[in-house]
Amino acid sequence: MSDYYELLGIPRSLNLSPDALQQRYYELSRQLHPDRFMQKPEAERQRALDMSSALNDAYRTLKDPIKRAQYLLTLEGFNIGEQRSKDVPPELLEEVFQLNMALEEMRGGDDSARPQLEEAEKNFADMLARSSLLLETLFRQYDTSRSRDVLGEIRDVLNRRKYIQNLVSEVEKTLIHT
Amino acid sequence: MEIDFNSSGHIVGIDLGTTNSLVAFMDLTGPRIIPGADGDKLVPSVVSIMPDGGSVVGNPARELLITQPERTVYSVKRLMGRGLEDVKDELKLFPFRVAAGSESVLQLQLGDRKYTPPEISAMVLRQLKRNAEDYFGVVVDKAVITVPAYFNDAQRQATKDAGRIAGLEVLRLVNEPTAASLAYGLDKRENGIVAVYDLGGGTFDISILKLHDGIFEVLATHGDTHLGGDDIDNLLLRIALEDVASEWGEDLSQDSEGVQRLRRAVILAKERLSFVPAAVIELEYHGKKYQREINLELFDKLIAPIVERTLGPCRDCIKDAGVGVDQIDEVVMVGGSTRIPLVRSSVEKLFRSKPHTELNPDEVVALGAAVQAAILSGAVDDKLLLDVTPLSLGIETMGGVVSKLIHRNSTIPASATENFTTGVDGQTNVLIHVVQGERELVRDNRSLARFDLKGVNPMPAGLARLEVRFLIDANGILSVTARDQRTGKEHSVEVKPSYGLTDEQVEKMIQESFEKAEQDFAERQVREQRVEADAILLAVEKARKHDAFFELPDHERAAIDKSVNELLLVYNSDDHHLIAAKIEEVNQATIKLAENMLKGTQT
Repeated sequence: MSDYYELLGIPRSLNLSPDALQQRYYELSRQLHPDRFMQKPEAERQRALDMSSALNDAYRTLKDPIKRAQYLLTLEGFNIGEQRSKDVPPELLEEVFQLNMALEEMRGGDDSARPQLEEAEKNFADMLARSSLLLETLFRQYDTSRSRDVLGEIRDVLNRRKYIQNLVSEVEKTLIHT
Repeated sequence: MEIDFNSSGHIVGIDLGTTNSLVAFMDLTGPRIIPGADGDKLVPSVVSIMPDGGSVVGNPARELLITQPERTVYSVKRLMGRGLEDVKDELKLFPFRVAAGSESVLQLQLGDRKYTPPEISAMVLRQLKRNAEDYFGVVVDKAVITVPAYFNDAQRQATKDAGRIAGLEVLRLVNEPTAASLAYGLDKRENGIVAVYDLGGGTFDISILKLHDGIFEVLATHGDTHLGGDDIDNLLLRIALEDVASEWGEDLSQDSEGVQRLRRAVILAKERLSFVPAAVIELEYHGKKYQREINLELFDKLIAPIVERTLGPCRDCIKDAGVGVDQIDEVVMVGGSTRIPLVRSSVEKLFRSKPHTELNPDEVVALGAAVQAAILSGAVDDKLLLDVTPLSLGIETMGGVVSKLIHRNSTIPASATENFTTGVDGQTNVLIHVVQGERELVRDNRSLARFDLKGVNPMPAGLARLEVRFLIDANGILSVTARDQRTGKEHSVEVKPSYGLTDEQVEKMIQESFEKAEQDFAERQVREQRVEADAILLAVEKARKHDAFFELPDHERAAIDKSVNELLLVYNSDDHHLIAAKIEEVNQATIKLAENMLKGTQT
């Protein structure tokens, strides 16, 4: 089957206009949705089911910038792979070390670590916001250059984001449950 | 709107509700409810089984709920697609008589017979089908049926089974709030964001949709399949039973008839409280009288926790939809329970805008189902529903943890592909466990199905390549296909809900219902006339004690006696025309009497 970009009939870009994407999705839904094939023979109905589920999967993936970038990376043969705990981004090493200690204390019932964790939570939110901005720039760079080096950078940013998000959810869980 | 109704057969839209059910269709003038023979648009979802095995549905069954509670059942929707383990809590609150041997498939005992919930729902559906057939004068065998948006796979499958047993091809299951938005969107807003708050007899749904030039895209949905007006009834009933126990020194809770009479009294009071500031719960039973006034203030206080339970899902739904409260342009109210003032004010407070209540909250879902039927027939081609799956779908992985494959609020149809391999050398089958729900651990979610991929070529562990495709169709129902990537061989996979009916069981029920359909039809007509006859005979008996009866001239009294005797003579015949004719004679003979009695009460 064709890839999500082909299915939606749009170029393989990382920056997409949400409105244009929605417009395209609605147009295709009108053509492909199973509702339109109810009175047709079984084979056509089955095809409509396959096509419209693929269309929905495509739209769900491409309308989200992060999922879109991950998807394009896989299409281009990048292995985004599983994030392992030892792959700590170097610039975060010190912070993660401190954070893990604070998490331990908190779980051990020591509430004095709470302000530190809340501070870390805010810090991570800032980092994510900054990385979103960085991604926007990288997306534009890729769309004009089609450079694999840029894709490599994007993969690194995505991995770092994933790492930070895991930390954030860890902190949130600890703050809520203790 | 371009509408061509000539090419299409009659596809009806059905709202199979917890308390009431309706059937509707759409023509050039728009969607319309088809009334029953008694003129009522609402068919109470109540079924009573006669000693001969025939069934009575709707208003007459509602009467039998009081006189023959052990053969009559209501709110069976609460049991659809559920197992014995799931319904323990329901059994404490509802007079469901679970039949012995219900461990694998839940069955209810009605008289000396047993029925599964889909079979009972099928009786309601068959009644609606007949109402439509009487209306059109042709066979109706295709339908769109609505389900609560938050229904899981098993509950949806059970609803589809019910349709098949009733002799209906279920072209589509549509989520109730989404259907409501279709009916609403016909003459209202074309573009914008709309929230549909649907609080019915037994279920609660909240859906947030984006309307865009005829596309109805559901952004998110949330709900509770066991929350509704029933819960308010049970609450009031418990209070009333306690009152009666202390006032009469009598525990009525074990007396089915007493409970049903009291239940009806609290429902009446509840309904009145939507329009007046105070209402009285009244019961006269076995010569004793119970009366209790409830004012709106107390009522609000009592039901506040129930109303509050709807607000959490609303907040979650707004969050999942990714919109702010101020971006929601309108809120539409659906379901009978949205007539309650506290429900309206709570919704208004949460959404910060006055909810729409112009459409009849009992009818709007059925009307929307009729619109969807017209979409499927091709008669309406400028509208399209893009609905979502309410619950995430996942599979069990190591350590009883769920790996999510299709996330909740994904637009359907939706699919996911997952690769499996073997863990042991020479392994020839792989067991897959599918679950539905949001929790991380398998045991906290609902088990949907377990299936075995058999016939894997024996090879060293980890080398087999099995590709499994999960597909949720436009009805929100899952199907699974599997392929051995090395051999290209397709594996057949039968997904059977963990609690549900097998295809063979459904086929057998369909067969039985066809065989009985003819016989049923004749018997039902006779039975309906007997129920009518009972009603009028009882009324005449009561009237005989009335002053107006003694004031009648002799010949009028004689005429009444004669007509009553003649009705009694034909009562047991199996000719429904004859019974109907004699009922009419009693009617005629008592016109004067009825008029005089009415005058008597007025002066």
